Amino acid sequence: MTQAPEPSLTTNRTRLPQGLVMLGNILSVLARTPTSLFGLVVIALLVVMAAFAPLIATHDPYIQNLANTLQPPSMAHLFGTDELGRDIFSRLVHGARITLTIIALVSIVVGPIGLLFGTVAGYFGGKIDTVLMRITDIFLSFPSLILSLAFVAALGPSLNNAIIAIALTSWPPIARLARAETLTFRSADYVSAARLQGASSARIIWTSIVPMCLPSVIIRLTLNMATVILTAAGLGFLGLGAQPPLPEWGAMIATGRRYMIDSWWLVTFPGLAILAVSLAFNLLGDGLRDALDPKQMNRR
Amino acid sequence: MEPILDVHNLAVHYRGAPNPAVGGVSFQLGRERLGIVGESGSGKSTVGRALLKLLDTADVTADRMRFEDIDLLNASEKQMLSVRGKRISMILQDPKFSLNPTQRCGDQISEAYLTHFRSSRAEAKTRALEMLEQVHIRDPERVYNLYPHEVSGGMGQRIMIAMMLLTDPALVIADEPTSALDVTIRLQVLRILDGLVREKGIGLIMISHDLNLVRNFCDKVLIMYAGRVVETLAARDLDNAQHPYSRGLLAAQPRLGGARTPLPVLERQDSWLEPDGAHP
Amino acid sequence: MKSISIKQLSVSFGAVTVLHDVDLEIAAGECFGLVGESGSGKSTVLRCASLLNATWSGKIEIDGKDIRTMSIQERCRTMQMVFQDPYGSLHPRHSIRSALELGLIVNKVDDRETKMAQAMRDVGLPVEFLDRYPHQLSGGQRQRVAIARALVLEPHLLLLDEPTSALDVSVQAEVLNLLVRLREEKGLTYLMVSHDLAVVDHMCGRFAIMQHGRIAEVLPREAILDGSARDPYARELIAASIEYERAI
Repeated sequence: MTQAPEPSLTTNRTRLPQGLVMLGNILSVLARTPTSLFGLVVIALLVVMAAFAPLIATHDPYIQNLANTLQPPSMAHLFGTDELGRDIFSRLVHGARITLTIIALVSIVVGPIGLLFGTVAGYFGGKIDTVLMRITDIFLSFPSLILSLAFVAALGPSLNNAIIAIALTSWPPIARLARAETLTFRSADYVSAARLQGASSARIIWTSIVPMCLPSVIIRLTLNMATVILTAAGLGFLGLGAQPPLPEWGAMIATGRRYMIDSWWLVTFPGLAILAVSLAFNLLGDGLRDALDPKQMNRR
Repeated sequence: MEPILDVHNLAVHYRGAPNPAVGGVSFQLGRERLGIVGESGSGKSTVGRALLKLLDTADVTADRMRFEDIDLLNASEKQMLSVRGKRISMILQDPKFSLNPTQRCGDQISEAYLTHFRSSRAEAKTRALEMLEQVHIRDPERVYNLYPHEVSGGMGQRIMIAMMLLTDPALVIADEPTSALDVTIRLQVLRILDGLVREKGIGLIMISHDLNLVRNFCDKVLIMYAGRVVETLAARDLDNAQHPYSRGLLAAQPRLGGARTPLPVLERQDSWLEPDGAHP
Repeated sequence: MKSISIKQLSVSFGAVTVLHDVDLEIAAGECFGLVGESGSGKSTVLRCASLLNATWSGKIEIDGKDIRTMSIQERCRTMQMVFQDPYGSLHPRHSIRSALELGLIVNKVDDRETKMAQAMRDVGLPVEFLDRYPHQLSGGQRQRVAIARALVLEPHLLLLDEPTSALDVSVQAEVLNLLVRLREEKGLTYLMVSHDLAVVDHMCGRFAIMQHGRIAEVLPREAILDGSARDPYARELIAASIEYERAI
């Protein structure tokens, strides 16, 4: 076995680089496979697009120009214009912001909830496990789009409510996963050792179990993002998500549907955007599965 | 005596690893018992796997690697299929992982026979039952119908031995065959293996970390350190081993009734890694 | 130095009884061995004594004090355990420092850096290793860290669950020497589980042979060679071990 290079002696200096080195390693593994590299590039593009939307967009996404409706793609309007004469390219670029917001908020809500439910249920077992997992089962037994529809219908259609609805329906698989992982780790000797050192259950879950579950949860979250995007687009399409005039991609397809036969660009470009981004998240998730594989981590 | 196996200058290099895992291993094996001893990471198991060409992620090179009339180094995968399990068998450490949990033990033995010989199922079963009797299983008919989880570790390892010897191999590679077993049945299993190997005139390579085992059940011993053979000697001369590593290993082993003084600790030296492995 | 006494310890998992009325008296400062085949319940005794497994009946006392009445802190600072597999007993994502520090933080011990440095020196590792991660250490070094983790809380009693069976012979010798030295220096009491009679003979003054969840016989170390064991199974185990070694 080869010894790793000498780490430096001070604590605070070693801790940060350890994380950075790991991130660098993960990125380099991702970059080595073409498919996950594609995912990474598309998502990076999405982030850049969202961050610099006003600079990239050629027109204001909200300004209507009724004299210039339903124009096919041209140099003036790269992806054409919609039924109100708005530039589709600019709307797509601004729509990236909405998509990213949805993904980010859903992940921030879903990850911790799923982890909490799963690790607590898995670690304690017994009655706690039964109760928590039955709750999970109930959420899991509804088709997620239908459940989101019910939530949005109850809360009223808006982007925020759509995010809440999607979050409420997508944590159960994460909880299931985290529980399964926890079951394999809770009988590990290092958990026993922590118990013998007097650590409380909460501390053990937080410091010993959660770090071990995190890689697979992150992978699952990434793979989940494609579904989130599609659900968000579906809600938008049904008019229950983002409300006009917000340039949400699903909503753009919904309004473009009526003109689809004559003006293909209205639905094609938002559709392609949804396809590319959800594909990218799937490919990235697959790549992460290899990059975060504990066996590979040990080799580094 | 015509050697069954002739290996000269075997080297194994795992792809992506900076140094070869095994280098410069040479030995000849007749119808005798060879022990390969070393610590974890010494490359002893890698040698066994290299002989069967089971290393997909490594480059195996050698000046010579012949088994009977087959050149193992250049043998095609198809040729290897007829060698593996038929001419060369392998017994692994833990029968729990080598037996298929969804099939009856007996059926697995018959299956092994049917893979390599044209015969009827009935004949394969008769052969399997005979073999089970030879590994001292008292009630072969009953054991034949048991599932792997229903047999103990010692019984499982005897079943593995039966399965591996059923095809009349010329060479058996046993990789830590008894380290997963309790001491009271370890000897019994070893004796059964030993008896069959001698009776049938099979060559045996016993890979182990345990010097006692090798001392009692082998004729010749190869001592490996960091992928190299540091010493080759007859098993009965083990106490007179010359290389400091071999002597260190022998001394570090606590003994029943031994003195209560601190155990001698092995001082590893870089000079042991020299390619010639030479030492006074 | 503290003694431990186990009285009528019984454990059942569902319908299966794993331990039947196990009685053991281990004197203060003694190294006591527990030998048996896999499944004989020897590790279960340790898991009960450490309360990792809390569903048992009977009584376990340390220096006359029932371990069930001790506070968690008192128990942690009285007894610690070293596990078999040095690869599984250290958290792969925690540095050696955080592994050692956990017990000190939880038990509100001050002067943690000194205590940790002392523990590392005790087990013969450089103090700089505190900032390493388990995958940067060899098997023997990991087991030393596991021992340091147990020692950092300054316990009186160490439960050793096959502490060397996953190690190579030469590394085993180092760890056994270390354990012998630490017991002398710190006056520890050891309860050591092993399947290797030679290791028990080297370490322990007395040992118990277990079979099917029962104590077959408690014997002094000398009984291995002088044949004074009475129980048939104990005789069989000793005979098999001697025969296996056959080189005395």
